[in-house]
Amino acid sequence: MLTIKDLKASINGKEILKGINLQVNPGEVHAIMGPNGSGKSTLASVLTGRDYAEVTHGKVSFLGEDLLDMVPEDRARKGIFLSFQYPVEIPGVSMVNFLKTAINEHRKFKGLPALSASEFLKLMREKKEIVEISSNLTNRAVNEGFSGGEKKKNEIFQMALLEPKLSILDETDSGLDIDALRICANGVNKLKTAENATIVITHYQRLLDYIVPDFVHVLMNGQIVKSGTKELAYELEEKGYDWIKKEVFGTEDAQ
Amino acid sequence: MDNTNIYTALYQENKELLQSLSPDFLVKLREDAMQHFIQKGFPGKKDESYKYTYLEPYFNNGYNKYLSPKNIQFDVNEIFHCDVPKLDTHVILLVNGFYFDAANPLKTLPGDVIVGSFAQAVKEYPELVAKYLGKYTSGDSFVALNTAFSRDGIFLYVPKGKVVEKPIQVINVLISDEELMVQHRNLVILEPNSQARVVVCDHTLSPNKFLTNAVTEVYLGENATFDHFKVQNEHNDSVQVSHTYFYQDKASSLRTSTITLHGGLVRNNLNIKLDGEGAECHAFGLFVTDQAQHVDNSVFVDHAKPNCTSNQLFKGILDDQSNGAFAGRILVDRDSQKTAAYQRNSNILLSDEAKMDSKPQLEIYADDVKCSHGATVGQLDEDALFYLRARGISEREAKLMLMYAFAYEIIDEIKIEPLHVRMADLIERRLRGDLTRCNNCAVNCG
Repeated sequence: MLTIKDLKASINGKEILKGINLQVNPGEVHAIMGPNGSGKSTLASVLTGRDYAEVTHGKVSFLGEDLLDMVPEDRARKGIFLSFQYPVEIPGVSMVNFLKTAINEHRKFKGLPALSASEFLKLMREKKEIVEISSNLTNRAVNEGFSGGEKKKNEIFQMALLEPKLSILDETDSGLDIDALRICANGVNKLKTAENATIVITHYQRLLDYIVPDFVHVLMNGQIVKSGTKELAYELEEKGYDWIKKEVFGTEDAQ
Repeated sequence: MDNTNIYTALYQENKELLQSLSPDFLVKLREDAMQHFIQKGFPGKKDESYKYTYLEPYFNNGYNKYLSPKNIQFDVNEIFHCDVPKLDTHVILLVNGFYFDAANPLKTLPGDVIVGSFAQAVKEYPELVAKYLGKYTSGDSFVALNTAFSRDGIFLYVPKGKVVEKPIQVINVLISDEELMVQHRNLVILEPNSQARVVVCDHTLSPNKFLTNAVTEVYLGENATFDHFKVQNEHNDSVQVSHTYFYQDKASSLRTSTITLHGGLVRNNLNIKLDGEGAECHAFGLFVTDQAQHVDNSVFVDHAKPNCTSNQLFKGILDDQSNGAFAGRILVDRDSQKTAAYQRNSNILLSDEAKMDSKPQLEIYADDVKCSHGATVGQLDEDALFYLRARGISEREAKLMLMYAFAYEIIDEIKIEPLHVRMADLIERRLRGDLTRCNNCAVNCG
C-alpha cells in the first residue's frame, strides 16, 4: 500500500530525515517510536504534504502512485488521513460546514453525488457513536474551545467519517487522560479492517496497549534504526532509548 | 481651472437657484460653508486626515454637476427586484441624490414618523431642520462643499417614544448617460426614547463614471436607539466620499455597520460624538477588495462625557493590487471618566501587491478609563489552511472558508435576520468572485 524508499528531507537546509525505508501493507498496524526530535512528525508532514519540509531524495508510492507529486487534498482524497498532534482551531468555520465540505469533496473525487442534508445528518449520528463525541461539539466552530481530549476525539471522528485507507496517528496519546485515550483507541480499533492500514506515531508505549501494532519501528536521528514486533515497544518502555543509541551508534550521544 | 475655482464658479452661477429654494438659515449655512471651502480648499497630499486617499484630482471638471434632478428613464421595478428578499421594509429611493417619488415627497408612518425628501422637509419643517442641520459636522472641506450644494436626500424624523417597527431601506441609485457628480444630504432625527433601523444600499445602474460626496447626520436623543447598516456596491469606475455624523445624547445606543463590496475608490468618514452619559456605540466595517480598488475607512469617536462605551471593529480582505486604509481616532476628554473605548482593525492580504495602512490613534486625557486598540495585517493562517486541505478540501475552497470565517465576525453583528442571511450570501459570492448583484436583478451592477 505504502512504500517509502530512502526518503530524505530537510527543514531550512537541515537534514531531518536521513534515508527512511518502510513498507506498509493492507491490514497492518505499524508503530513508529522514537525520542523527541528524531523526525517522527516530519515524516508525518512529508507523507501528508505539509510543505515546510523539503524532500531532497527518495520515493514514496501509495497504491502504486507517486505520493510526493500530489497536493495535500489529493493525498487525502486518495485515502491518506492524518490525525494531527495539534488539531487547529478555526474560528468562524462551523464543524458541520467543514465536515460536509470534506465528505462531499471525497465523494466528488470518487464520482459520487453530494450527500443530502438528511443523509449527512444520519452519517454524523452513526459515526459519533464510534468516538462518543457529543452533539454540542459538532455544533461549534472547528476545534474552537475544545479540550485536549475533545480535539483528539474529533480527529478520530473525522477519520470515521472519511474512511481512509491509510491513517497516520501523530502522537494521538499526547495530552490525553486515560479515559479519552481508551475511547480514541477503541475508535481506531473499530475502524480497522483487512483493507486499511494504520501508522501510529508515538513517544510512549502506553497507546500501544490499546492499539496493538504488528510492527514497531524505532526512528532515531532521521533513520529507522530498529524494527521488531510489539515486544520491542515493551523493551523501550522498560529501558528507554539509550540502549538502542548505544547499540546503533556505539555511544549514548546520538548526534 | 484650479479645482477649488470650479466650485466657486459653480456656486456663483447657481447662487440664485440655491438661495431661492432655501430658507434664511440654509442660505447662511451655504454661504458660510462656501467661504470655509474657499479658504481651506481641498485637502492636500500631505493632509494628515487624508494621507492615504488623495481626492482632489477626482473633484475636477470631468463630471456633470446638476443642482436639479434630471429626468431619467428607467424601470423602477428593476430596482425593486434588488430588494433584500423577505426583508419587510419601508423602501425609499434616491436617484442620483434626489428623492424619486415626487408625488409623495414626505410620508407619515404610524406614530407620526416623518420620512421622505430632505428638500421637502426643508420647505415644510424649516425650524426642525434648522435646529439640527450642520450642528455637529466638522470643518472638513468635502462636508462644506456638500453643505453649499446639496439639494436633496433623505429626511427621517421619529417623535419622542416612538418606535419604527419596520426597517427603513434607502436605495441609492446612480444612473446616467454621462459622467456625473452627486452630492446628497441626509438628516435623521431621533427624539428621546425613540427607535429606528435604517438599511442603506448604494448601487450604480449604468457604467458611467460617478463621483459621490454625501453627508448624513444622525441625532440620537436621550435613550434613543438606532441601528444603521450600509452596503456599498457601486461599480469600480465610481468614487464615493461619504461622511456620517452620529451625535449621541444620554444613554442612547447606536450600532452602525458599513460593508463595502465594490466601488473603485471609497472613503468613509465616520464621526461619533458621545455627548451624554451612558451613551454607547458599536461601529463595524468590512471591505473586500480586488483589482485596483481603494477603500479607506476613517473613524473618529469623541468621548465628550463620562461613562460612555465605544467599540470599533473594522476588517478588510485585500486581493490583487487593491489598497486599503483604516484610521481610527479615539478622543477621551479630560472629564470623561469611566470611559470604555475599544478598537480593533484586522486585515488579510491575499496577494503580494495588495497594500493596507492601519493607523490607530488614541488621545486620552482622563485617568480612569478602559481603552484598548489593536491592528493586524497578515495572511491566511497556514496551519488552518493545511488542516482543511488534509481533509480533502481543495486549496481554493479552503481559502474561501477561511476568508468567510474572517468576515463572519462582522456579518454576525447584523441583527436584522433576513439582512444577515442576505449579507452572508453576498459576502460569500463576493469572495468567490461571482458578481454580487442581487439575484433577480436584470441590471449588472457589479
